Amino acid sequence: MNDKTMRKYSPIFLGPMLIAFTIGFIVPFILGIYLSFCEFTTVADAKWVGFKNYLRIWGDASFVHSLWYTALFTIVSVILINFLGFAIALLLTKKIRGTNLFRTVFFMPNLIGGIILGYIWQLLLNGILQQFGRTLTYSGTYGFWGLVILMCWQQIGYMMIIYIAGIQNIPGELVEAAKIDGASPSQVLKNVTIPMVMPSITICTFLTLTNSFKLFDQNLALTAGEPSKMSEMLALNIYNTFYARNGWEGVGQAKAVIFFILVALIAVIQNKLTSSKEVQQ
Amino acid sequence: MRKLTKCLVLTAAAATVMAGAAIADDAQGSVYYLQFKPEAADQWTALAEKYTEETGVEVNVVTAASGTYESTLKAEMAKDEMPTLFHVNGPVGLAAWKDYCRDLSDTDIYTELKSQDFALKGDNDEVLGVAFAVETYGIIYNKAILADYCALDGAVIADASEINSFATLKAVADDIQARKDELGVEGAFTSAGMDSSSDWRFKTHLANLPIYYEYQADGIGSTDAIKGTYLDNYKQIWDLYITDATCEPGLLSSKTGEDAAAEFALGEAVFYQNGTWAYGDIKDNEVADEDLGMLPIYIGAEGEENQGLCTGTENYWCINKNAPEEDIQATIDFLKWVITSETGKEALTQEMGFVTTFNSIGDEYLPANPLVACANEDIAAGHTPVAWCFPTMPSEEWKNGVGSALLEYAQGTGEWDGVVSAFVDGWAAEYAAANN
Repeated sequence: MNDKTMRKYSPIFLGPMLIAFTIGFIVPFILGIYLSFCEFTTVADAKWVGFKNYLRIWGDASFVHSLWYTALFTIVSVILINFLGFAIALLLTKKIRGTNLFRTVFFMPNLIGGIILGYIWQLLLNGILQQFGRTLTYSGTYGFWGLVILMCWQQIGYMMIIYIAGIQNIPGELVEAAKIDGASPSQVLKNVTIPMVMPSITICTFLTLTNSFKLFDQNLALTAGEPSKMSEMLALNIYNTFYARNGWEGVGQAKAVIFFILVALIAVIQNKLTSSKEVQQ
Repeated sequence: MRKLTKCLVLTAAAATVMAGAAIADDAQGSVYYLQFKPEAADQWTALAEKYTEETGVEVNVVTAASGTYESTLKAEMAKDEMPTLFHVNGPVGLAAWKDYCRDLSDTDIYTELKSQDFALKGDNDEVLGVAFAVETYGIIYNKAILADYCALDGAVIADASEINSFATLKAVADDIQARKDELGVEGAFTSAGMDSSSDWRFKTHLANLPIYYEYQADGIGSTDAIKGTYLDNYKQIWDLYITDATCEPGLLSSKTGEDAAAEFALGEAVFYQNGTWAYGDIKDNEVADEDLGMLPIYIGAEGEENQGLCTGTENYWCINKNAPEEDIQATIDFLKWVITSETGKEALTQEMGFVTTFNSIGDEYLPANPLVACANEDIAAGHTPVAWCFPTMPSEEWKNGVGSALLEYAQGTGEWDGVVSAFVDGWAAEYAAANN
């Protein structure tokens, strides 16, 4: 096939994808940025107001609170999920009976939708807290740890699968050579296993980082931001600004643009940091 | 690249043609009603089906889930197939949606109105909304249990009619709470749940009372800055609700509206603050219809012996003026049918249980709802009804602020000052934000 035929037929093959991408991504994205500079009731009747919405964001204390709350949540859950996911992956790559069963069981929570999980955990955690005359929405702290537990439960299995794949890809002779050289199990882990699964670590931290930052359904179902928006994370804060406050739609949109920039920035930095530690085989 | 452009243009053209064909099909117009009341959802759908059967005009009724009306409306209004008929809750709701409201002065729903008070007017006196139902709320009580209480030795009252002030209400509630095992109840009041399915009973309906009394004292009907003159009274009644209750204050944040309705319906509590609309949730349970009574919400204001129940409306119909002309006409015709045909009247009053605001629906159509009967008795007894002032609350955000502060105060994680500041400072701030 030469260049000419490539050029001739490329619209047919690329066209549908391009159209879908334009309708599904580029247009809404540009419209979204445009709307952040507008005042409107519904997205169809926007009026240009310049940077006013961006300035109004900083008059809204709930945004700053949710920003810190989300950041803290992200740090805690990224560490916990990856640590536990990796630990379980290590265990399940040892030759234990019933490994496959365990892998399936750990992976299962991932197949349940966030809203349903949120309500299930709300029942479970409230059932326990009730013994102490408390509920999940008693204060932001209860909501925080509730969310951490929920997210760990949901995501550890998924990360575990990625780590298992990474660990199984380590050439057996590397580990063997290390053992012959007299390396203890912890030395093998530190000097062979971890460097070799660095690509998995990159992927997993990226996934958990962005998932935690963008968390919405679980937050909505578990606490809905109660009490007093103390357990409201960024995505929910944006949603509430947009939908629950008349006259604040544009501000919600402006928050969403800032949110996008933040997530993109963090993801890029994280990717740079971890992938620089990856070793080539 | 030119080929690519051609492809894009063709696809777009095809899409337009298809969309055009879809519109052409519908020349007779159809109705899309975005409905506000979850408790009347099935009845509206059934009524719409009957209308379609009779006239062939399609009526699509969509009901927003509890507490999500505004967000659903906002999303639906941005679509091509936008609601032709929707609700606003009063002047504050209208301010957000006035650019979408058609002048209703030439429609039957306006000309049949019993009183001009039920019309919601715009800046130039055009009729933008029409109230279709009047509702009443207060403290619903279980007559049977209260009678049992009165029969006890040392009861503070001999008959329910003696409760005509906050002091008596508190004395009775405290005593019932203290002797709850004797009476076989869990508490005097149902749980004052602060879940979003229930918190409006306190952050909106209960908050109406201090606002009403302040408006009365100042001789005004709305304000840009509330003073909070009656906030101590608000505290009194809130304290009563959370102390003499079926549950610990620490659990309030997750108690729902269904929890409270169930507690009352199963006879576990004597008092339950809610309105005529709650009948559907509590009927056919332990509490017999004839045992349902309603008390005014006494907060300890002066002259409250004559205070009546809270009666008003926050259900205004608005017709979307941006909808296609034939759909607007279909909507006007549908509403005419709803308030003038036998089927429509029957459904509105008997099945949905509304007390309507139209001349075309006579007194013979009063709903078979014992709580409505209580409301009428209260007016007949010469009590002054308390007006619904909450449509003048500056925003939903204000209500949320008050609700959160009430909850934090109740569970002990916040002070009453938090409520005062959310109420007074929040009002000024939200009013300014909404009218900047």
